[in-house]
Amino acid sequence: MTTTVDPKPEPAATDERLPSNAFLTTMVVRPETGAFIGALVVFFFFSFAADKFLTWSGAATWLDDSATLGIMAVAVALLMIGGEFDLSAGVMTASTALVTAIFATQVGLNVWVALLLSLVFALGVGALNGLLVVRTGLPSFIVTLGTFLALQGLNLGVTRLITGSVQVTGMRAADGYESAGFVFASTFPVADTPFQISIVWWLGFTAVAAWILSHTRFGNWIFAVGGAAPAARAVGVPVARTKVLLFMGTALAGWLVGTINILRFTTVQANQGIGLEFQFIIAAVIGGCLLTGGFGSAIGAAIGALIFGMARQGIVFADWNSDWFMLFLGIMLLGAVLVNNTFRRRAERLRR
Amino acid sequence: MTSTPTALIEVDGIGKNYGTVVALRDVSTVVNAGEVTCVLGDNGAGKSTLIKILAGVHQHDAGGYSVNGEPVRLGSPREALDLGIATVYQDLAVVPLMSVWRNFFLGSEPTVGAGPLRRLDRRTAKETARAALADMGINLRDVERPVGTLSGGERQCVAIARAVHFGAKVLILDEPTAALGVKQSGVVLRYVAQARDRGLGVVLITHNPHHAYPVGNRFLILKRGRSLGSTEKADITVEELTRQMSGGAELEELAHELREVPGA
Repeated sequence: MTTTVDPKPEPAATDERLPSNAFLTTMVVRPETGAFIGALVVFFFFSFAADKFLTWSGAATWLDDSATLGIMAVAVALLMIGGEFDLSAGVMTASTALVTAIFATQVGLNVWVALLLSLVFALGVGALNGLLVVRTGLPSFIVTLGTFLALQGLNLGVTRLITGSVQVTGMRAADGYESAGFVFASTFPVADTPFQISIVWWLGFTAVAAWILSHTRFGNWIFAVGGAAPAARAVGVPVARTKVLLFMGTALAGWLVGTINILRFTTVQANQGIGLEFQFIIAAVIGGCLLTGGFGSAIGAAIGALIFGMARQGIVFADWNSDWFMLFLGIMLLGAVLVNNTFRRRAERLRR
Repeated sequence: MTSTPTALIEVDGIGKNYGTVVALRDVSTVVNAGEVTCVLGDNGAGKSTLIKILAGVHQHDAGGYSVNGEPVRLGSPREALDLGIATVYQDLAVVPLMSVWRNFFLGSEPTVGAGPLRRLDRRTAKETARAALADMGINLRDVERPVGTLSGGERQCVAIARAVHFGAKVLILDEPTAALGVKQSGVVLRYVAQARDRGLGVVLITHNPHHAYPVGNRFLILKRGRSLGSTEKADITVEELTRQMSGGAELEELAHELREVPGA
């Protein structure tokens, strides 16, 4: 164990340091500040650059794009605050959709029963991820890379085995499709424009996650296990249980997004969802999450996803080649990481 | 050394092996209410092993450990906490990026409401944290500040105040002054004395006899996992403590050897 030696004596009155601390406090208390400013910039930029962006139908499009990404980003943000990654989160959205679709169309179960089964499957995989991480002490990056590859293989293998192709179709004919579709994939009109219900799920999911994070014991534990797990353990925080539940949380979000997708498109490709896991992490980081854990915000991650959605659709509305989106994404990510890192450094320097 | 009825913690001939490595052998001491038992020793002397046993992180292999006269074998830090034994670790005392009040109540958060609406009682938590810290003489203007922005001494004090607040009867402090400057060390030692005067039994781990002597009532010196004896303050001077701790005899030998090295 290294011990840090204070090189200079502390000033007797700490009041001199108040201004800089007050600044840091404000920034640390509000990790989503940067993302919020970024979202405003992106919003105004595309409002001017693309005519269709600032219309009701335009908003319906970029909000919908942000919604499913945002549900995942929020769950991934909670997990990242808890100090872990989940690379299987993207593929999970396809796995859960496939499980639902196979049970509903191939086995012939009611959609609601199929949804319940895929929920059990998702929570099982989440718990497995979590238990593997806390039991082995291996980095979650590598453990969930394993489950990511395994799920990817399972998705393709099982789908081909059962249907003979790499997609499952025919959800529309299954029992209970109407009611389930109403809950997870309907639209609601705003100013005569249909908005996807996924937007409501996104806002609701974000609100619940933000409330958990700032207003519950569990939220306190999430910050603690990501910020300093040994310290948390020493004061009696159930570190392993907290982490396992967080992995189950991303799996739950994966199930919700998978459900929204399968009920909206009624078809699922077995290779769907691959590569999305990094988008979730990027949105969470843009929203102010530290890669090292212990710091971040659910609302920030939702705003990160909003920036993502606005930029991706804004570029389409502006008739630019979508290649530019990746450039934009890279710059956003680097900017966000630099800003986050500055806060972190400040906190560490003042810690002495 | 005799145990009195007020002994909060007593260890008798306690030992611990990690595989074939003997980390601790035949160590005995006692912690009384309103007294400070100092555990001194160089790196690798077994100080950490001893406190980890006391704190429930590890279990002893030999000897006896009793709390309030009852023999115990603690399975987890939670069990130790439930018996009123709180530990403040040197580097692990607090979560730097969390606010003072969140740190203060971490693991013992007050809640209101029931079922899925059970939530943190934030107002009570903040007010209680501020009051408890003020009670220990730590005046923080803002308990929303991240603990990482406090000085090292202040952070130790927050952790000590927390343990005192949650009704600890025994306070184990793992090298609370190791990373601190002279002034900050003084601040922390003052809180150690304050906890002692409130009737807590304190176990102070340190490798600095000058920090231990002013506040300690009893000194347990460890060396290579063995006890060099548990001595009452009346029976030892700070010079003797320093000599014993640094392995006085060995130092003299070393001094001899160095003198014989040509040119040294």
